[in-house]
Amino acid sequence: MKMKLKKTKNYEEIIIKLIMYASTITVFLALACIIYTITAQGLKALSWGMISKLPSGGFYIGKEGGILNAIVGSVYIVGASTIIGLIISIPIVFYLNIYLRKNSKLAYASRLSFDVLFGIPSIVYGAFGFILMVFLGIRASLLGGIITITLLIIPIFVRSIDEIAREFPHDIIDASYSLGATKFETMKVVIRQLSPGIATATLLSVGRAIGDAAAVMFTAGYTDQIPYSLAQPAATLPLAVFFQLSSPIEEVRARAYAAALILTLIVLIFSLSGRLIMNNFSNNKLK
Amino acid sequence: MKNYLFESFKNMFPCDSELANCRYFSPDKKFMKDGYSGIEVQNLNVYIRDNQILKNIDLSIPDKKITCIIGPSGCGKSTLLRTFNRLTDDVEGVKRSGKILINGENILDDNYDITELRRIIGLVSQRPCPLPMSISDNIAYGCKIHGIKNKKQLSAIVEFYLKAVGLWDEVHDRLMSPATKLSIGQQQRLCLARSLAVEPQFILADEATSSLDPASSRNIESLFVKLKNEYSIILVTHILQQAIRIADYVIFMYLGEIIEAGEKEEIFCNPKNKLTKEYISGSFS
Repeated sequence: MKMKLKKTKNYEEIIIKLIMYASTITVFLALACIIYTITAQGLKALSWGMISKLPSGGFYIGKEGGILNAIVGSVYIVGASTIIGLIISIPIVFYLNIYLRKNSKLAYASRLSFDVLFGIPSIVYGAFGFILMVFLGIRASLLGGIITITLLIIPIFVRSIDEIAREFPHDIIDASYSLGATKFETMKVVIRQLSPGIATATLLSVGRAIGDAAAVMFTAGYTDQIPYSLAQPAATLPLAVFFQLSSPIEEVRARAYAAALILTLIVLIFSLSGRLIMNNFSNNKLK
Repeated sequence: MKNYLFESFKNMFPCDSELANCRYFSPDKKFMKDGYSGIEVQNLNVYIRDNQILKNIDLSIPDKKITCIIGPSGCGKSTLLRTFNRLTDDVEGVKRSGKILINGENILDDNYDITELRRIIGLVSQRPCPLPMSISDNIAYGCKIHGIKNKKQLSAIVEFYLKAVGLWDEVHDRLMSPATKLSIGQQQRLCLARSLAVEPQFILADEATSSLDPASSRNIESLFVKLKNEYSIILVTHILQQAIRIADYVIFMYLGEIIEAGEKEEIFCNPKNKLTKEYISGSFS
């Protein structure tokens, strides 16, 4: 009887292990396929000019020039909305966790709504942003893109920082107070403790924001130029991929893959450097 | 007069740091006077929402002694302790009446400077809680928020207090590494050093040894015994043996009231109240 039990336990162990291997391999294979496709198709179009020049001859059929406009547009939109998103989200998290009680109905309701917002497709955000812009009388512009992307990433920020803030050891606040710290000084300690969480949230939201085409399609528009004011339309990398990919000319399609490759590289560089900085931060965190 | 405390401290923990000439927080005049400077509690009542946690507490806690507060869990020991440094201020729905006199001033007064109060009353909590910074920053943190900026002085303070708690030899080569990498016993000593660094007059310890292994607890206990020459230590504990080992003065609380208070020998050998007798003999806990 005992032997038999041991044997079933062994089988269980093996099966679970197989499942884990299988899922890991699936994910890796998928990632490898994507990277292989964009590299294989895009490498021939990739050149320094792609990164450093503006497009010439139109983005749809043009074979010349680069996609600097889209790179700059994406960086503008993502940078601005990340900063605005953080400024809006951190107070929300503080309010949810410090001011509201653990079993507060308002906190429950807002967490639920942020979860729902998290799952809403980005095209809906795009449509909503568009309606908002019509209402405010703004044309497709950098500003419109920033507003929409900010709306898109706030739920990601709030929910991922919130998850970490909920585990926050309250002793730290007491420890800081009992040394004679004021509320503001204590807040700085709290932010230090939360900083790895904030960094992870930022990585997640930047990844989502930079790769999203649908939200910016109606709101930021597309242009061959680098925007120099908030009221001008701005090109973005996902749209550069989208438009060039639907071109009938093969060279232009190759340029789409090159643009995708650049986008992937930007995300990769950002994630790696983010992680490096994060490791520095999380060293001091109280577990 | 000015360096009185430091000089005697230096004799206790021989240390050749350059700190010798700077007692950095202006010494409280009343603290330095020879007269009585303990804690005096008069008719203290504390309510949290509709529950009365502390009932008519009248108490005087002697200076430069180890005072142990004993009693079953939920009897208000921790609340009493946290009322001393007004950490209860932030609890929702808390109401207080009565007085707590420290050095002759009522600290429950709204005008009392709460940051200064918390400087002169250090707290060591149940679970060691290092701040999310390096070992040396943990000690320097309190001094920095009270206005010491000089780097040289800060590092002298760090060295001095790490030596005082016997942590220097273990960590002097990794002062910049995160405090959370220390073992739990080391963390608790670090927390004690952190409280001492702002030069308190009292040390509150809320079951300070209950999450530690026996060796580390003994370590902390012997530190307390050493420190009682310079500080008044108020220790909440549910370990009777600990009270017997290190207390000078014992307070027994039950359901928010003080049942009996007195010298250790008196409480343990000759308790006057029936409840105290039962608690000490172990009939309930």
